[in-house]
Amino acid sequence: MKIMVPIKRVVDPYAKVKALPDGTGLDTGGAKFEINPFDEIALEEAVRKREADPSVQIVAVSIGSSSCEDQLRKALAMGADEAILIESDAEWDSPSVAAELAALAKELAPDLVLMGKQATDDDNNQAAQMLAALLDWPQATFASKLDLAGGRATVARETDTGEEVLEMALPCVVTTDLRLNEPRYIALPGIIKARSKPLAKRPPTTEPRLRTRTVRLDAPPTRPPGRKVGSVDELVSELKARGVVA
Amino acid sequence: MKALLIAFDPSELEPLARFGAALGAPFDVLLLTGSADDGYGASEMLLAGLATVPPADGLAKGIASVAEGYTHVAAAASMRSKDVMPRVAVLLDAGMVTDAIAVLDGKTFQRPIVAGSVIATVTVETERVALTVRTSAFDPATPTGSANKRSVALYCPTAVARTSAESQASGGRPDLTQAKVVVSGGRPLKDAGTFEKLIGGLADALGGGVGATRAAVDSGIAPNEAQVGQTGKIVAPELYIAAGVSGSTQHLAGMKDSKCIVAINTDGDAPIFEVADFGLVEDLYTAIPALMERLRP
Ligand SMILES: Cc1cc2nc3c(=O)[nH]c(=O)nc-3n(C[C@H](O)[C@H](O)[C@H](O)COP(=O)(O)OP(=O)(O)OC[C@H]3O[C@@H](n4cnc5c(N)ncnc54)[C@H](O)[C@@H]3O)c2cc1C
Ligand SMILES: Nc1ncnc2c1ncn2[C@@H]1O[C@H](COP(=O)(O)O)[C@@H](O)[C@H]1O
Repeated sequence: MKIMVPIKRVVDPYAKVKALPDGTGLDTGGAKFEINPFDEIALEEAVRKREADPSVQIVAVSIGSSSCEDQLRKALAMGADEAILIESDAEWDSPSVAAELAALAKELAPDLVLMGKQATDDDNNQAAQMLAALLDWPQATFASKLDLAGGRATVARETDTGEEVLEMALPCVVTTDLRLNEPRYIALPGIIKARSKPLAKRPPTTEPRLRTRTVRLDAPPTRPPGRKVGSVDELVSELKARGVVA
Repeated sequence: MKALLIAFDPSELEPLARFGAALGAPFDVLLLTGSADDGYGASEMLLAGLATVPPADGLAKGIASVAEGYTHVAAAASMRSKDVMPRVAVLLDAGMVTDAIAVLDGKTFQRPIVAGSVIATVTVETERVALTVRTSAFDPATPTGSANKRSVALYCPTAVARTSAESQASGGRPDLTQAKVVVSGGRPLKDAGTFEKLIGGLADALGGGVGATRAAVDSGIAPNEAQVGQTGKIVAPELYIAAGVSGSTQHLAGMKDSKCIVAINTDGDAPIFEVADFGLVEDLYTAIPALMERLRP
């Protein structure tokens, strides 16, 4: 069983990120870059599957600049068997990422592509579903539980109103939600062992074709300042005065 | 320009029509389940009459099969629309905009990125446009009376079996994304029973829905579908009451467009107070029962 785990390098999700005053880019305030948190959950899940079944093979893949090597090394330290860096300084939007991942999936023939539901920088929530469409594979997004057995995936997934269970034949695409698992802390031996694991670098096989272009970045509108009230009684009379409670 | 708006059920008709009006182009509505009379300005209502919404692989093919001839295909942002719309975009070779909050022109839209810290203006470079839309960002649509209706047969071939589909009951409370009042609780609510008694109780006193932070959901005191934020639901009610919620960027991303925000927190420096219209520095265990007492109808 081969599991492909795409990894996006994103700015630390806890960092304060702002639009540059001239609207042309992002000010990340020198924050660190990390594995997209949802991709870390995908990787953790793949590693747990391998712990249960040693024949599972995990390939981590990232598309981007040479700096993505840091995140792939971390993926290897978490337990991926090998990593592929599709090295490119070009801009890749989610559909272009999906197209490149589709080409790679055709080559590597994974049984499962396990990836994040959304990148915490662009908040797009597109690449996985687009990849599944390009491959004409079934999908299960927002997974909170994943079982693999007998060539099938059984996935509990979060919905707007609760949860549902989907079952499908492999190969398929599954995206992770926060409650799937809690990623492990990487111990020192893993980091050392990761140095000797294979990390291949190669150019993309597709050209990014941007279907959307970001033309401006702005600060969100600010709310007029509010005020503190001294008591529940004062709060209730303010809310009544505003007409938001009867 | 002509838009096809995808409504999963009749409750999405009015919210979607808001976007149709903002786009300023004629629009048809594809209603997947249920039926309705008023199209809120739709030129035509296509009734698919599905008993349940099929899995995304099949549904995307079904939607794409009726989407010929439309420049824009849009759905209200939700987990079910985000599941299927990117697949529809591939089938139509459309550029896709997730979570649109403003229309600048037929090809230019605004959307929040990085947990709402930044508003991006994006242009779509392809001929056709697919979108999910945060309908609460647009002005309400007015009823227009009975629309032209036509039945369509959606063929949705799927490779996915649905072994069970259970919806957690929301206790008869209004849907979070459409509620006029939302009461949310965070980590300090000790357990599910306490959460239900205090947050649920105040929500019921106000006829509102129940929300939660990720910390509350993670520790099992609130149900999954109550999570508000970057990775949960986006809400914009008339009144949002946050109790024991610190106000992380990720939580704010889901509620800071609420009309009136009330924060109840023991820490007067908690970031939630920066977006609150009214802040009460008090223990929620005393403040909420007192509020319930005074607000109960
Ligand atoms: C990728 C990613 C996505 C995320 N998505 C989301 C999301 O969608 N939604 C979300 O909410 N979070 C999300 N988070 C988590 C987020 O960063 C915060 O950890 C979370 O919102 C904190 O929840 P909280 O406010 O309940 O808990 P805390 O931050 O622990 O805050 C608890 C607050 O309660 C106050 N308090 C304590 N006791 C009392 C009392 N007795 N009475 C009144 N006040 C009291 C404290 O002063 C404190 O301010 C995400 C994180 C990541 C990394
Ligand atoms: N540059 C990239 N390299 C590898 N995987 C990516 C890249 N961009 C996005 N992905 C994957 O696609 C998922 C969804 O991203 P998005 O559609 O951009 O929100 C992420 O969680 C990653 O798993």
